[in-house]
Amino acid sequence: MPSPKRIGKIEFGLLSPKEIRTMSVRKIIWADTYDDDGFPYPQGLMDLNLGVIDPGLRCKTCDQKASECPGHFGHIELAKPVIHVGYTRLIRKLLRVTCRSCSRLLLSPEEIEKVVGTEDDLTGDVLSEKDIKKERLCPHCGEQQLKINFEKPTTFSEIFIDDGKKIEHKLTPADIRARMEKIPDEDLRHLGINPDVARPEWTILTVLPVPPVTMRPSIILENGQRSEDDLTHKLVDIIRINQRFKENQDAGAPQLIIEDLWELLQYHVTTYLDNEVAGCPPARHRSGRPLKTLSQRLKGKDGRFRGSLSGKRVNFSARTVISPDPNLSVIEVGIPLAVANEMTIPVQANPFNIEELRQMVRYGPHRASLSDPCGANYVIRPDKRRLRLAEGNLETVAEMLEPGWTVERQIRDGDIVLFNRQPSLHRMSIMAHRVKVMDGRTFRLNPAVCPPYNADFDGDEMNLHIPQTEEARAEAAILVAVEENILSPRFGGPIIGGIHDHVSGIFMLTNQLKWHSKEEALYLLKNIGVEHLPAPGKQEEGRPLWSNKQIFSTVLPKELNMVFRASSCQNCETCRRELCERDAYVRIIDGILESGTIDKKAIGAFDGQIVNRIIRQYGMKRAAEFIDAITHLSIRAIMMNGFSFGIDDEDLSKTEYGQIEEVLSNAVNDVQRRIKIYEDGQLEAMPGRTPEETLEMQIMQVLGKARDRTGEIAGRHLGLGNSAVVMAVSGARGSMLNLTQMAGCVGQQSVRGERIMRGYDDRTLPHFKKGDRGSDAHGFITHSYKSGLNPTEFFFHAIGGREGLVDTAVRTSQSGYLQRRMINALQDLKVAYDGTVRTTGGRIIQFCYGEDGTDPMKSSFGDPVDVKGIVESILKEEV
Amino acid sequence: MNVLEHVMVPDHQIMSEEEVQQLYSLYTITSEQLPKIYHDDPAVKVIGAKVGDVIRIVRTSHTAGRAESYRLVIKRPKK
Ligand SMILES: [Mg+2]
Ligand SMILES: [Zn+2]
Ligand SMILES: [Zn+2]
Ligand SMILES: [Zn+2]
Repeated sequence: MPSPKRIGKIEFGLLSPKEIRTMSVRKIIWADTYDDDGFPYPQGLMDLNLGVIDPGLRCKTCDQKASECPGHFGHIELAKPVIHVGYTRLIRKLLRVTCRSCSRLLLSPEEIEKVVGTEDDLTGDVLSEKDIKKERLCPHCGEQQLKINFEKPTTFSEIFIDDGKKIEHKLTPADIRARMEKIPDEDLRHLGINPDVARPEWTILTVLPVPPVTMRPSIILENGQRSEDDLTHKLVDIIRINQRFKENQDAGAPQLIIEDLWELLQYHVTTYLDNEVAGCPPARHRSGRPLKTLSQRLKGKDGRFRGSLSGKRVNFSARTVISPDPNLSVIEVGIPLAVANEMTIPVQANPFNIEELRQMVRYGPHRASLSDPCGANYVIRPDKRRLRLAEGNLETVAEMLEPGWTVERQIRDGDIVLFNRQPSLHRMSIMAHRVKVMDGRTFRLNPAVCPPYNADFDGDEMNLHIPQTEEARAEAAILVAVEENILSPRFGGPIIGGIHDHVSGIFMLTNQLKWHSKEEALYLLKNIGVEHLPAPGKQEEGRPLWSNKQIFSTVLPKELNMVFRASSCQNCETCRRELCERDAYVRIIDGILESGTIDKKAIGAFDGQIVNRIIRQYGMKRAAEFIDAITHLSIRAIMMNGFSFGIDDEDLSKTEYGQIEEVLSNAVNDVQRRIKIYEDGQLEAMPGRTPEETLEMQIMQVLGKARDRTGEIAGRHLGLGNSAVVMAVSGARGSMLNLTQMAGCVGQQSVRGERIMRGYDDRTLPHFKKGDRGSDAHGFITHSYKSGLNPTEFFFHAIGGREGLVDTAVRTSQSGYLQRRMINALQDLKVAYDGTVRTTGGRIIQFCYGEDGTDPMKSSFGDPVDVKGIVESILKEEV
Repeated sequence: MNVLEHVMVPDHQIMSEEEVQQLYSLYTITSEQLPKIYHDDPAVKVIGAKVGDVIRIVRTSHTAGRAESYRLVIKRPKK
């Protein structure tokens, strides 16, 4: 391998006409491509000197076949010079800073010195358009300068005033070129142009390079017809017009016709270079599709840079829909047999594994069922020849197999693979899982790993990659494995943990003290692999009973000590600790849950206090086992009673409906009363507010309070027997606010934090009187989702809902672009062995990573050490 | 006004030639690999550093207590 080289400098310049002619192997004069026999015309656009694309032909320049010839440039001599659209801004600048008669910089040597500095003391600055006053006299020849007008895409004109009338005089490309030619080299250097590599007259084309045919191959359609590349089409146009132009010129055609043809030639050259220039209709294909010309090949997402150079496609990858399988471990991924049969891992044969590999070769590429051992799809001989395995050759190839050969064997259970979901915004978007080959056609994953991927199962697809070398597999297992990424470097806490039903299930299992029979205990613990039940907590009528807390404790490590408050804690003023009537005070002593409820705070993704403590005390591997155990236990727990939610779960009794109605009508009346006070001019404005603003704030407050009151009334009726309440209290999903809106009252709809004010003159809808400030006229919804909204309420609800949708749409697009810019800036930085953060060139960005050298993943929610947690786990009580 | 007196401006000092050499050998770098600061930076002007000097900046850090960094004074390019 060649050693790395350091780039000293990169020189940017323009191609001179001379260079274009030197690199050209053929002058192209005919617009035609192929003759009737399908043979390229000499000196046509497909001339055999420009390279070959048809197999069988040989290049006339390098005498190589189609696959070897890189292609060669040709050239077209233009009848008259035309402007290169890419350089119009440079041309405009040069026209404005140089004299129209002597072409020298419109500055005296002293003025130049002021900006550029003296010869021995250069400031490093270059002259810009701003350094020159408009329409002055030339300091060298005294010529009066004229204003230069530029009209997109390529028109330049001089403006002078004659008899008080503005007269515009168009400059032809030839005029401009003549002016450019006269600019002295020294003046160009002051402008930051190196005349050795970029004389400005080279921005006006007199000769056009014709790219090799290999860059614009024609394709043959099914009907045998040739279809030319867009670039070839454009070159055909250019040559045709150029030809006509020449003929007219030689025939001495009138000036008007010459000018028209000149402009046409300019148009074709312009669109050949860039077909999306402002002020220029794009050239189109016969079908009406705009042509993809040079600039379009480079620009944009699918262009050469972002599409072909930065973007890469890979082999050994698969993509399909994902679906959940709570029986898998979090470190596993379920792969359809059809995928596993296609994907392979290369294994080098050696004396120790050769028999095993022979057997795989004999099985061949067709693994019919999950219970069959994996086969092999290809065999690679030491001379790198690949043999495809098929029904007929299995036995012979197996016999030929020798140490030194490579067998590409199929994926089987236990192989390590990379699993990914876009958008890959953080490193947990790609994690390494262990394969489990399964039936079906989807990838399967444990729902507990959904949070790091941000995946759900409404049709999401994910990608799979098979590491092909030992190094890659080692890296995947040591750095990328799921069990190495339970902690997020974003906040130093676990990002993998129970979600949804895991949380509801474990809450229902552990909330309050309950006793289970042996049958129930065994049912709950069936999937966890507990070898011995703990000693029963008590006997009743001669039957042993186990408490729910005991059953939960079987999944805890034996030496675990911690104290914390569950999600369901209400932050009472004086905590009653173990006596808490919500059972929210969690105390784990020596791996036994003494009191408290396990919920989101204990095992949930993002919170997971117990998960976090296990990681600190026993490592991530034990934590992964704990997450598996807890998800299995909670799913058994939720299956004991079942868990569902129906429309009648939102029903309240007559008493509550009466109370809610009373609360709401009182609130509406209160609002009316305040409006009356305001309209009477009696309302006292709050400091810094107008009376209107004061009134609005009061109304919002009254109505907000009323909605909360309805929630409380509904909540009193709906206890922990209600599934929505269980989900809200345990932190599994939803909140009491959602329940309030379902059963009580939806409440005020708002746009930008204010009541809805927009619509018609002085009213939101024609259903209301002008100037009505009442609650119903500005989006207060007294109904609940259960009782149903009336038409005006429904409309206001749609207005309020739209704001949320727009906000998320705007936020995702903005943060996506921010992320792209950040990654582009940071992607190649790394922490060196001396602790500094450096670029690939060794330039220092930080002298110590993050100023303190702390790995945020190993920090405790941002702090270097979790002092409180350590002390509590040793003292076994709260501090 | 002296910007260094403002609470939010960290301490800036010009490093001696010896200290600079020590810094280079500690990190095995050349001056090119140091972070840069412009000659017309308000803090640079206050301490009177010239182009080519290396400045030590000492910040109080929430997590590390004290964090040192070093910057090479360079001329601000125009535009
Ligand atoms: Mg989805
Ligand atoms: Zn060739
Ligand atoms: Zn002049
Ligand atoms: Zn409490």
